[in-house]
Amino acid sequence: MTVDVEVMKPPRTEVGALGWLRKNLFGTWYDALLTVGSVAFICVVLYGVFNWALNTAKWGVVTTNIKVFMVGRYPYSEVWRIWTSVGLFLVMALVSLVVWKRNVTKARRGVTIAWVIVLLLTIVLLKGFGDLPLIPSVPINIWSGLMLTLALGIVGIVASFPMGVLLALGRRSSLPVIKVFCTTYIEGIRGVPLISVLFMSMLMIPLFLPPSIRLDNVLRAMVAMTLFSAAYVAENVRGGLQAIPEGQYEAGRAVGLNEGLVMVLIVLPQALRAMIPAIVGQFISLYKDTSLVVIVGLLDILGVAKAVTGQREWIGTQKEVFAFAGVIFFVTCSALSYASRRLEKQLGVGER
Amino acid sequence: MSTFRDERFLRIVGQIAFAAAVVLFALWCLGNYRARGLSFSFAFLQDEASFDLAEGMAFSPIDPYWKAFIVGLVNTIKVAILGIILATILGTITGVARLSTNWLISNIASVYIEIIRNTPLLVQLFFIYFAVALKLPELRDRLVLPGPIFLSNRGIHLVWWRPTASFTWWVPFWIVALVAAVGIYLWRVRLEGRRRRPVSRLPWAFLALVIPLIGWLLVPGNPLYADKPAVEGLKVVGGTSVSPEFAAILFGLVIYTGAFIAEVVRAGIMAVPRGQTEAARAQGFTEMQILRLIVLPQAIRIIIPPLISQYLNLTKNSSLAIAIGFLDLYAVSNTMLNQSGRIVEVFIMVMAAYLSMSLTISLIMNVANRRLAMVER
Repeated sequence: MTVDVEVMKPPRTEVGALGWLRKNLFGTWYDALLTVGSVAFICVVLYGVFNWALNTAKWGVVTTNIKVFMVGRYPYSEVWRIWTSVGLFLVMALVSLVVWKRNVTKARRGVTIAWVIVLLLTIVLLKGFGDLPLIPSVPINIWSGLMLTLALGIVGIVASFPMGVLLALGRRSSLPVIKVFCTTYIEGIRGVPLISVLFMSMLMIPLFLPPSIRLDNVLRAMVAMTLFSAAYVAENVRGGLQAIPEGQYEAGRAVGLNEGLVMVLIVLPQALRAMIPAIVGQFISLYKDTSLVVIVGLLDILGVAKAVTGQREWIGTQKEVFAFAGVIFFVTCSALSYASRRLEKQLGVGER
Repeated sequence: MSTFRDERFLRIVGQIAFAAAVVLFALWCLGNYRARGLSFSFAFLQDEASFDLAEGMAFSPIDPYWKAFIVGLVNTIKVAILGIILATILGTITGVARLSTNWLISNIASVYIEIIRNTPLLVQLFFIYFAVALKLPELRDRLVLPGPIFLSNRGIHLVWWRPTASFTWWVPFWIVALVAAVGIYLWRVRLEGRRRRPVSRLPWAFLALVIPLIGWLLVPGNPLYADKPAVEGLKVVGGTSVSPEFAAILFGLVIYTGAFIAEVVRAGIMAVPRGQTEAARAQGFTEMQILRLIVLPQAIRIIIPPLISQYLNLTKNSSLAIAIGFLDLYAVSNTMLNQSGRIVEVFIMVMAAYLSMSLTISLIMNVANRRLAMVER
């Protein structure tokens, strides 16, 4: 006597496309209601956006002015210098990627030094010198467009990092004078808006300097961004420092290192590794904040966008230009945060 | 020469040198300031401001500078408080939606969060103000929403409730009812403590409010009347109005901060152990009850600290109003310093105002945090 044991298949409503629909979209009656509502909402939004972008929008304002958006008033005959800098950065990024992926430990120091050199080289290349035949000086004051946005962001990030580390160390210092100074600075800056720091550097700093010292507007904006961001970086680094167990300091001292070396060789590397996500987040927000220089009259990409709508043939194209500026920021910020997530995973933050 | 190798000695010398350097730098700066023939005094605050402010409290050009500063401060506080309330609501809804099991809802929420978080607030403000608020039709072709709410490039006009003569009769009743409601609520809380079992509080407290409400509805004669906006010629009479600048800065701040609060809320909810939800489900709680009674009360303790910094950010970001011409504290101060030339004095006032607002928010939220903090048993 044999019994046919038929293996029962799972009900069709639980697996496959139907199952997915049931589980993710029509679980309960209010889920179904929400789904229908959202589909309607998405349709309306997508139709509106596409209809505008494809039919109504005058993208001519962007395509005709694309050079202005990118490099602003940088002389067009000198644009090759910007391309060279971008190329240098790309090459360096590629080299570092290979070195870190392949784990070529020996090359790491070389790459780090090369980054510093490339950075200095770029500044020289972009700014130029007096009346050198090949690279005549381009005053910083006429830097504008996306180039200014990137310059402000990169300078702010590079300069505010060491300053933030120093401030964080100062705040945790056992020397009361230094501790009070750093704490006051950090808390003071964090309590006021960036725009007031920017205005202060534009209006107030010249009053407190002798008339012989004159700083360019763009330079002053860079200083302000750096001073502002350093306070926030300092708080992030301090969080990292607090997470390092006391035993690490004690072990360092026990093997005969002095205070400074314990900090540099043992504590900081661990603290910084732990704080990478927070610090990168801070850098992204610094990069977004560069758009505030519009308010003090500099022409970054947003400033250019606003200025372009004043041209006679492009009146009323605010939507197009601001959408364009928004897309540029969105792409760069998304790329940055994607990179930071990758870095986080690779360095194994939060893992032991 | 042992003193120079003594660590304690070196530390003191180092600190004195640092302090001296800071003081010398400050003195050098002050010297340069004086050398420009500039003075330092707050006496100008009593002078006539001779500019006009179109937003907020009544202000005329003959009023003194300090009053202009107050007008700006009140405008900033107004934006900050409204913004904080609305952004919290939007952020909580979005944060919960982000975690929804409904695939569409959670993806709509995450698209919104990603777009907003990855673009600068100023770009969004410019878009909302220059590309949307100012592009609304003229008043004569206004958009009319039910209410009626008028949308035009002059801003938003909406209905407003104004008290009539009989309103004053009702005030004492409402006060008594409110006191009674609070009393009942406190009594129920104490009862809960005594019985060691949850008792309903809010419905009981509302009972006290129902009595005057019934009277309000039954007794003839309206204590409040709806002041509806209407267009007369080139202007709107009646109702209340919101300027395009105020609407733009408020919407911008709420949408921007809401996305950040959503992430805070999501992180807080995800930090509640899964076992809590499962245990509640096993006991037969509905999904809504799980969220309301089990998850949110635990998540709120994780949420509050980062929420404080979002509130602080919103308050500080309200200074971007100057870019779209809303007369907040910062914009008014900017006019003040252009008008009076008292740059340093005005800056000190602005910094002090923002710092004290930041401190107030931290203080309130830290008190809330302490009251809500988990009591370890």
